[in-house]
Amino acid sequence: MTSTAPADLDPVEPIPTARRSRGSGGGLLRFIIVRFLLIIPTIFILVTMVFVLMRSIGDPITAALGGRLSHDQLAERIHSAGYDRPILVQYFEYIGQIFTGNFGTAISDGRPVTELLVTYGAATLELAFYALIIAFIVGIPLGMLAAYLRDKWPDAILRVLAILAYATPVFFAGLLLKLVFAVWLKVLPVAGRATTRTELDMTRLGDRRTGIYLIDAFQLGSSAAIGDVLQHAVLPGLALGLLTAGLFLRLVRTNVIGTLSMDYVDAARSRGVSEFRLVGTHAYKPALVPIITVMGLQIALLLGGAVLTETTFEWKGLGFKLTEYLSARDFVAVQGIVALLAVIVALSNFIVDIIAAIIDPRVRY
Amino acid sequence: MATLATDRPRRRVTLWQRLPVVRELRQSVGLQRGMLIVGLVITGIFVFIAIFAPVLAPYGFAQLKDENGLFGAQVPPGGEHLLGTTVGGFDVLSRVIWGSQTALAVIVVAVILSIFAGVFLGLLSGYLGGWLDRMLVVIADAVFAFPSLLLAIVAAIVISGGQSSLWGGIVAAALSITVVFIPQYFRLIRAETVRIKAEAYVESAKVVGSSTGRIMFRHVLRNATRTLPLIFTLNSSEAILTLAGLGFLGFGIQPTAAAEWGYDLNRSISDVTSGIWWTSVFPGLAIVLVVLGITLVGESLNDLADPRLRTRRKATVAPTADAEVSAMPGGTYDDSVDIDTLEARP
Repeated sequence: MTSTAPADLDPVEPIPTARRSRGSGGGLLRFIIVRFLLIIPTIFILVTMVFVLMRSIGDPITAALGGRLSHDQLAERIHSAGYDRPILVQYFEYIGQIFTGNFGTAISDGRPVTELLVTYGAATLELAFYALIIAFIVGIPLGMLAAYLRDKWPDAILRVLAILAYATPVFFAGLLLKLVFAVWLKVLPVAGRATTRTELDMTRLGDRRTGIYLIDAFQLGSSAAIGDVLQHAVLPGLALGLLTAGLFLRLVRTNVIGTLSMDYVDAARSRGVSEFRLVGTHAYKPALVPIITVMGLQIALLLGGAVLTETTFEWKGLGFKLTEYLSARDFVAVQGIVALLAVIVALSNFIVDIIAAIIDPRVRY
Repeated sequence: MATLATDRPRRRVTLWQRLPVVRELRQSVGLQRGMLIVGLVITGIFVFIAIFAPVLAPYGFAQLKDENGLFGAQVPPGGEHLLGTTVGGFDVLSRVIWGSQTALAVIVVAVILSIFAGVFLGLLSGYLGGWLDRMLVVIADAVFAFPSLLLAIVAAIVISGGQSSLWGGIVAAALSITVVFIPQYFRLIRAETVRIKAEAYVESAKVVGSSTGRIMFRHVLRNATRTLPLIFTLNSSEAILTLAGLGFLGFGIQPTAAAEWGYDLNRSISDVTSGIWWTSVFPGLAIVLVVLGITLVGESLNDLADPRLRTRRKATVAPTADAEVSAMPGGTYDDSVDIDTLEARP
């Protein structure tokens, strides 16, 4: 079996020897470098776009404090912050700051945006992690099942459920879950990341605090704290996770259907490979590359969904903070967070592409 | 392409049967047909309610009182207010019905704007190539990879400055969504254009001496736009979700200017905590149903366009001319044109 396994994994025609002779190690390194360099224009374009859009409505000081300060006070604040200089000078200064890791300082509370990443980014990361786990557990096996039972009634039901997961806005799903499990059945907490008591306990950790509550709760070593954190995570994780699970299901289904009709699957079946193994290994593994690539695109979706989920559940992450700054009209902070998210998205897409290239050599340049 | 052209006249197909959705409806069988029909029915009801909202809604969307006095806040469903009233004292049923009108207006404006901008740019970029093409592709890819909701928020701030009137709000929301959609249309049309550019009929047009503009709009555009109905439906559902997301975060249309489902859901967060369910459930269900209907149509069209996913008629029934005519030019489904149906949404 071991000798035939590689052939099973790679259904396509052999790669031309001329390209293969270059050696897979060198090709991968070259791919990583080229792909990494491609991040720079992506970030540059997004940051420029956000800058142009945000500045087209005037300077941030007037937007945040206009009406509350006198005309002279405003002019003084604008001058001291440098917003009265030519826009191009400001733009190049801003780009320079981004590349040195300075994303600006919020007007309303005077906190640097990078500090927000440490405090609130951890919460968003934790939420995204729970959501991804739910999406993997629910989406992938069901997607394989739907592909195997294609056009039979379980497939129909699963597909409708997947579309339903897509059609339900994540905040509405969140509100429904909240209504049923937190308000009517009273089995789970309504909002927040932990009870005040647990959060107080966590401050005792001092420097060892990660901001990721689950890790902090483990560090505390109290089962009550761990249980509390997990209880708070169930509903937000489900709301965001089920949306993502619907996408994974569709994605896995479409791609596994594609590979299930390949000749090598028939060949494996004729050798007596079990149907379970056929779907789970032979058809699924070659389908993995498109799945992983599209999952990379879902990171953007997950971040967008996290903004909405965090608002629904008062989950104090980056998205929650972003909406707070938005209602305070603090556009420096908004611009900073959006730019920061652009960097995160670009970096995670980079990592996903590298993973895809490691799995499948054909992806490499 | 050539086979398609010679097959056509043999079996006369009326204009009605060649219309985008009608053609796919005839082509579909079994489960796919069921999904398409359910989707079409839901979408039809939605459009009907949106158009006749002024007749169907018992009250105005910003109406707080009638001849019997104020409606009162958070009145449970039943009696005079079939679905109850909101925390602000509006009638829930009326706002749900009026909300469909807002949603439809935003979809139409957003999709039309992005089709024009995206198709034009895609055609230009794909046909002319060169540095313009490379630059536009990089920009479109960058925008495409970014969370669309965040982009829409930034656009909404810029366009409306936060507060807006009815049409101002609709246009602002539509424009914010357009910014997100242009790259999608751009990518699709560009990929098609690049493919069609190499076809023999384009070359012969060049030999005959047609101008670049004529080739682009007459020969290439006509053949590149076949996938548009499909992406139109998929984007419509995305437009509703983006609009609702914007409204939920407080960047939609003001409650006195128009009814908007996302805004109503935002107002109902605190209601849910105190067990008041009717203010969130009904506008939420409205979103789910409409998106479900439109997505079912889009999904069915997508499956019918993809030969790998299309369910074929039983072998006993001879394939009709329609079954051969795929929604995709040439009946092939090129991976580069792969439409990522349900992704990148808020």
